[in-house]
Amino acid sequence: MRECRACWHNFRIRAPAPIAGATTMQRRCDAVTSSLKNALLALGLTLGLGAAPAEAQNVFRFAFQGDIKSLDPYSLKESFTIGMHGAVYESLITRDKNLKYAPQLAESWETPEPTRWRFHLRKGVKFHDGSPFTADDVIFSANRVRAPGSNFQTNVPGDAEFVKVDDYTVDMKLKTPNPIAIAQFSTWYIMSKAWAEKNNAVQPSPPTATSPSYAALHENGTGPFVVAEHQPGVRTVFKKFPGYWGKVESNIDEAVFTTIGNSATRVAALLSGEVDWIDPVPLQDQPRVESSGNAVVMAGPELRTIFLGMDQWRDELKDSSVKGKNPFKDKRVREAFYLAIDEDTIAKRVMRGQATPSAILIAPSLYDRSAEIKRPAYDPKKAKALLTEAGYPDGFTLTMDCPNDRYVNDEAICQAVVSMLARVGVKVNLNAQPKAKYFAKVLAPGYDTSFYLVGWTPSSQDSHNILYEIAGCRNDPKSGRGGWNLGNYCNPKIDEIADKVEQETDAKTRDAQIKEGFDTISADWGYIPLHQQALAWGVSKKVTLVQRPDNMLMLYWVSKQP
Amino acid sequence: MLAFLIRRLAQAAVVLAVVGLIAFAMFRFAGDPVNQIVGPDTPVSERAEIRKSLGLDDPVLLQFGRYAGNVLRGDFGISYQFRQPVTALLAERMPATLELAFCATLFALTVGILMGVYCALRRETVLAKLFQAISLVGVSLPTFLIGILLIFLFSVTLGWLPSYGRGDTVRIGGWTTGFLTVSGLKALILPSITLGLFQMTLIMRLVRAEMLEVLRTDYIRFARARGLTTRAIHFGHALKNTLVPVITIAGLQLGSVIAFSIITETVFQWPGMGLLFVQAVQNVDIPIMSAYLLLVAAIFVTINLVVDLLYTVVDPRLRTSVGRTA
Repeated sequence: MRECRACWHNFRIRAPAPIAGATTMQRRCDAVTSSLKNALLALGLTLGLGAAPAEAQNVFRFAFQGDIKSLDPYSLKESFTIGMHGAVYESLITRDKNLKYAPQLAESWETPEPTRWRFHLRKGVKFHDGSPFTADDVIFSANRVRAPGSNFQTNVPGDAEFVKVDDYTVDMKLKTPNPIAIAQFSTWYIMSKAWAEKNNAVQPSPPTATSPSYAALHENGTGPFVVAEHQPGVRTVFKKFPGYWGKVESNIDEAVFTTIGNSATRVAALLSGEVDWIDPVPLQDQPRVESSGNAVVMAGPELRTIFLGMDQWRDELKDSSVKGKNPFKDKRVREAFYLAIDEDTIAKRVMRGQATPSAILIAPSLYDRSAEIKRPAYDPKKAKALLTEAGYPDGFTLTMDCPNDRYVNDEAICQAVVSMLARVGVKVNLNAQPKAKYFAKVLAPGYDTSFYLVGWTPSSQDSHNILYEIAGCRNDPKSGRGGWNLGNYCNPKIDEIADKVEQETDAKTRDAQIKEGFDTISADWGYIPLHQQALAWGVSKKVTLVQRPDNMLMLYWVSKQP
Repeated sequence: MLAFLIRRLAQAAVVLAVVGLIAFAMFRFAGDPVNQIVGPDTPVSERAEIRKSLGLDDPVLLQFGRYAGNVLRGDFGISYQFRQPVTALLAERMPATLELAFCATLFALTVGILMGVYCALRRETVLAKLFQAISLVGVSLPTFLIGILLIFLFSVTLGWLPSYGRGDTVRIGGWTTGFLTVSGLKALILPSITLGLFQMTLIMRLVRAEMLEVLRTDYIRFARARGLTTRAIHFGHALKNTLVPVITIAGLQLGSVIAFSIITETVFQWPGMGLLFVQAVQNVDIPIMSAYLLLVAAIFVTINLVVDLLYTVVDPRLRTSVGRTA
């Protein structure tokens, strides 16, 4: 029996037989009890120290699924991070609650001639380190934002030359007229020249940097909040800046940001009152948040448009049953795909009503005449007839690429598309992957996809961006034109229109040109726009704040009942 | 003995090298880091340039060789997402993970041993059967589900304990501790239970089985015959001999508690190394992933080495056989 026991132990846990010396064991036991004692000691210590000072301050706690990646305002173009930077840094021209231009560090601006913009800077503004804000800082920031390693190079026109007129006046000289030269100024934050020079942060730190960057962990803006503590990926604490030049709408003294990646935990933290704001609330949890009584879901439309693209470039699709030709080069096939997809059902069922079907590739709020373009109705019969006419009476097979962790219910949307296309005889093999793998496959240089789903928000909040990046011909790898035109839908007419739109200063003519561009895309069946997904902020009932369609949380509009 | 140690250290080095190589071979399937570190409107040419300067176009072996060279010089690289040295990030996160692992192990040991002893001594009681049932739940329910259930019960419904994070921490030198604040201790409770539950049931079942075995042995019978009190027999003689395998198991499990706290840390947004690793995987942050994997491998190698050495100390028979083969 004894032998047996020993064998069994050796086999299972490679432990010596239990005849081991009692002294060793005793020592181990003692170790356990002594650590127990220590724990109790710590506990006692805590209860003694436990009288933590009560929070007299009004603290707003909030959680997002991702991080504030870096405090350097030129390091990464990502909506949430940019919004957070907006609490500590300021721009010359900002956007108000309705996304219209509003003065910030520039009190006013004018265009004395089409190629010259003059900015009158605000006086009496101080950076968080106490130094005054002047024209030199603007010129420094204009250079830094366009330096290699900056992720915001397109925010300021590349050909613009900044000239200091006096300490509080700056001119921006352009080579050609540009009506949207200031469209992205709201996220071009002004940094302090002296501070950057002192801390060796004159250049933005590129993604490939081999030494840590000071500006990534510290800030020195002019905004209403300062960063009191920043632990990357864990938490960031904002405090009011006492020397702020303006009046702040917010009544909070402190804002504590935490990343909560797990959706269930994030919702639980909101429901238990530990945080006052979360983003996003998963669709399936929204009824529970609404019925909890202490929080609501704010679900305004987002600027991002979800759409499908088709490879109209290769001579033969990859992984398709059609050999020797590319069915998407035939306009009738593209039309058939468009008509076979029942977007109303996707919006109602897959998105649970949290989506607005879309006829164009830009959000309606960003283009005044968008209502004039209507989405063709779902028509599977006509789709089938078009496929027959194009020579595919029995359909064909192809592969669809889809992310599964990037947009709201992205994989479920693709699954719905697959089953809808099956009804007209097209067999789609779905390849849904995490975003890290998905984008590696479908983006440059491979553009390895026949049929894909992508979401896009024009960073300039202007239609030109769509006509240039999404619908422009991708013929020159050096230019950014067509950078996200993954299927290379190409109509030279769009490029012509985009070039005109870029320089046209008359708003009415410009809108007409843009309309022509969008109409051309529709007539070519170049893309299949699906919808604008709804935002999904979970907000405590104690809090009032502003939800802009660009999905940026602006701390200076947040107020909380103390 | 020395030869044994040297051989084991050489083996450890080989294990680390193999882990690193396998990790590097697998990173190719994790996706493209460049798309995670630039914005959507970064031109194609710039993306290509970044990819090239990060050395991502090179063959795996070359990438691995370069990395191994840097590691040997003590340079673990800069995180792609945070633009901070990986060693600093890991050091910042390590206290959180170690404190959690410590509390989870402590919970598993105390509760597991108490329940195990009780189940062995009072086999037929309702409570013992209840413990047995609980232990089955602990073994079979996945960690994330247990965590979420606890959150919904204790944070959302009852509102007693926090659902995420570490609470307030106190910094002592390079170490941040949650042991010294009330909110820090409260924050430790749910994650420790979640992480320790599996080990607890394991220990409980082990203690119960061992104890039952020991209680049947001759020396316990003799002890009874000598007229010792039940208390002395159970706790003075039986429990002591039960604990040897328990402590071995607990030691070995400590490694996996540290390494596999990933899920618990994700559920509770516990700012430890496991969470850092999960975020790194999502963003294809290769420097963090490789450093973390190497660290975990090193932890396991060290624990195994220590355990092996302890065996030879504890059991003279192993020592002689080692001496003979060496």
